[in-house]
Amino acid sequence: MSGADWVPVAPPGVGHLRGARPFPQEAAAAVTDRTLRSNLTGATTRIRAKRDAAVSEVADWEQLREAGAAIKDDVLAHLDTYLLRLEEQVTARGGTVHWAADAAEANRIILELVGAAGAGEVVKVKSMTTQEIGLNEALAAAGVAAIETDLAELIVQLGDDWPSHFLVPAIHCNRTEIRDIFRRAMPGVDPELPDEPAALAEASRRYLRDKFLSAEVAISGANFAVAETGTLAVVESEGNGRMCLTLPRTLVTVMGIEKLLPRWADLEVFMQLLPRSSTAERMNPYTSFWTGATEGQELHLVLLDNGRTATLADPAGRAALRCIRCSACLNVCPVYERVGGHAYGSVYPGPIGAVLSPQLTGVAANPTLPFASTLCGACYEVCPVAIDIPTMLVHLRERAVAAGSEPAAERVAMRAMAWLMASRRRWAPSLAALRAGRLLGRRPPLPPPLSAWTSSRDLPRPPARTFMQWWDEEERR
Amino acid sequence: MTGSRDAVLARIRAASPPSARPPLGRVERSYRGPVGAGDLDRFAARVADYRAAVTRCGAAEVASTVAEALGRRGANRVVVPAGLDPAWLPADLEVVGDDPPLSTLQLDALDATLTTCAVAVAETGTIILDHGPGQGRRALTLVPDVHVVVVPGHLVVAGVPDAVARLDPTRPHTWISGPSATSDIELDRVEGVHGPRTLHVVVCEPPGPRP
Repeated sequence: MSGADWVPVAPPGVGHLRGARPFPQEAAAAVTDRTLRSNLTGATTRIRAKRDAAVSEVADWEQLREAGAAIKDDVLAHLDTYLLRLEEQVTARGGTVHWAADAAEANRIILELVGAAGAGEVVKVKSMTTQEIGLNEALAAAGVAAIETDLAELIVQLGDDWPSHFLVPAIHCNRTEIRDIFRRAMPGVDPELPDEPAALAEASRRYLRDKFLSAEVAISGANFAVAETGTLAVVESEGNGRMCLTLPRTLVTVMGIEKLLPRWADLEVFMQLLPRSSTAERMNPYTSFWTGATEGQELHLVLLDNGRTATLADPAGRAALRCIRCSACLNVCPVYERVGGHAYGSVYPGPIGAVLSPQLTGVAANPTLPFASTLCGACYEVCPVAIDIPTMLVHLRERAVAAGSEPAAERVAMRAMAWLMASRRRWAPSLAALRAGRLLGRRPPLPPPLSAWTSSRDLPRPPARTFMQWWDEEERR
Repeated sequence: MTGSRDAVLARIRAASPPSARPPLGRVERSYRGPVGAGDLDRFAARVADYRAAVTRCGAAEVASTVAEALGRRGANRVVVPAGLDPAWLPADLEVVGDDPPLSTLQLDALDATLTTCAVAVAETGTIILDHGPGQGRRALTLVPDVHVVVVPGHLVVAGVPDAVARLDPTRPHTWISGPSATSDIELDRVEGVHGPRTLHVVVCEPPGPRP
C-alpha cells in the first residue's frame, strides 16, 4: 500500500478537516436546497467566464503553469532545506519562528503570544490555515475575541455559519441573505440597510474601522513565504489585510509548511498565476510583502505541519501540496456547483479538498471524499500548478479501499466481478446471459438494491453481439 | 524558536529521504522573463480598467494636475512623505508632514495622501510602493481615504517579471491595482472597502515628443 501511515496525520478533535457526517449524506441534503443551487450556479458561472478571459490574454500561460508546478515540486523535494533557510532569514531580520506539529500545538503557541501581548481582542486577515486549526474556537475558549475582517468571513462569522469556498467564503449566500445577517448581528448597523453590495461593503467598513485603528494584535495567514529572503506575502482585495498587517503592534502569521517559494524571483511566476486563477483579474487590488519585523512591529511566524508531512510521504499524493488555494478548481467542478462547500465537511472543499483533506487526516478518517467527483478532469485543466487531481482521486480511492472503508455492497460486487472475469469459461457465458437483458427493452430498470443506480441513470442496452463473439467469428472466417 | 522544530524536520526527512531527491533548485523556466520598459498607453488603460482615475501630464504640469485631482475630492489636508519632489506640490496645498510620525487617528482625520511609487507594471496596471523616499511608511497610503500617486513614466515596466527583478526584497512592498475592492457578494466587484476608496494615478510623461 502506498501512502505513509507512519507519519502522524492531523489529529481529531481539533480544527475543521472532518465533517460530522460522510459526504454522500451531506450532499444528498445539499442538492435539494434550491436557493443554494441558484446562488452557486450564478456565482461560479460568472467567475468561470472571467477567469477564461484573464488567462487567455497571457500568451505564456502554459509555460508559467509548468514553472509553477516545477517550483512547488522543488520546494516539496527539499522542504527541510527551504524551511531552515526561511527560519534563518526571518530570524536574522528580527522575527521569531515557531514550529507546530499539529493544530493543537499551533493554537497553544498563538494563545501564548496573544496572552503575552495582553490582548483581549485580535483582528484577523482571512486565513484558511487558521480555520483548519480551529483557531477562533481556541481563542474564544481562552476569552479572546477574534474579529474576522474579510467581508465574506465577517458575513460567515456574524451569521454563525461556516465558509464554503476559499476565495468567497460566503458564496452560498445571496445579497438578501447577507443583508439579513448584517441587520440581525452587526453591532450598530442601520436597521434599514439595503441589499446593494456597495451598501453592504460600506456597512462592513464602518463596523471594522475602529477595530483596525485600535487593534493591538493581528493574526494572518500567508499566501507565500520566500525562503531565500524571509519575505512573507498576503494577497487580498479589500485592504483589510493591509490594515491588519500594518497597524497593530504585534503580528502573528500562521502558514502551512508547504507555502514556501525558494527564491524571490519565483514571485514573478506566482504573482501572475494566482490573481488570474483566483479573482480572475490581471492583478488583485492589494498585495503586501514584508520581510522580518517591519516598521517597528513584532513578528511571529508559526509554521504548521498538521498532516502535511503525512501527505508528503505519499509520492502519488504529495502534489496536492503544490496548491496555492486559488479556488479555480472549485469554480469549474460540477459536483461542487451542485452540493456547495459545506458538504465536504472540511475547510478545504471542492476537488482539491477531496484530495487534500483525506491526506491531512489520513484516508481512513475521510474515506468518502475521494469519491466526491465525476473524474471529469476540469479541475486539472484550470489548476495553475497543474495538480492532476483526477489521477490522485483514483489513487486515494485505492487507499480508501485498502483501508477497508469502501461500501460493503461495492466490495461484494467487485469480488464477484473479479471471480467471473478471471476465467474465460465463466466470463463468456455471463456475457451471453447479459444479452437476455435486451428483452427488457431500451431502458431496463434493475431490481432492488441495484435500482438505486437505475433510478437516476440509464442502463445501457446490452449489444446484440459481444466483442468476444465478433472476434471468434472473425477468427473462424 | 519554540515548538516541535526537530520533530517536523525529522518527519520531512522520513517522508522524503534526502538520498532520493532531485538536485536542489532544478526548475525549467521557458516563460517570458523581463523585457524592459512598459507602454504608458497600456499602463493608463489598465489602471483605468480597475475604475481608478488616471490623468496624464507633462513633467511641468504635475503640480497643477495634482491640485486638480485633490480639488475634485475636496481634499485640503494632505499628508506628504519626506522625499517627494517639491516641484509636484501645488502652491496652496496644506501639507502635513509625517515627522514625527502621525498617530493612526491623526492619519484618519486627514483628507488624502500624495506619494510616488517604486515601479509600475503596464501589463497589469499595478503600482508598487517600496515605502522608500516619496512613498512614506505603509500606514500613510492606507488610512487616508484618497490616494494620489504620481508615476513618472520611466518607472513603468512591461510586465510582472520586470517589476520583481527591480525590487529590493529586504524592503516592505505594497502592490496596488485600483482602489480597494471586494467580490465577496455574489462575485460582483464593488470598489471601496477598507483601503483608500479613491485612487488617482497621475502619469507623468518623460520629456520629449510622445512616440
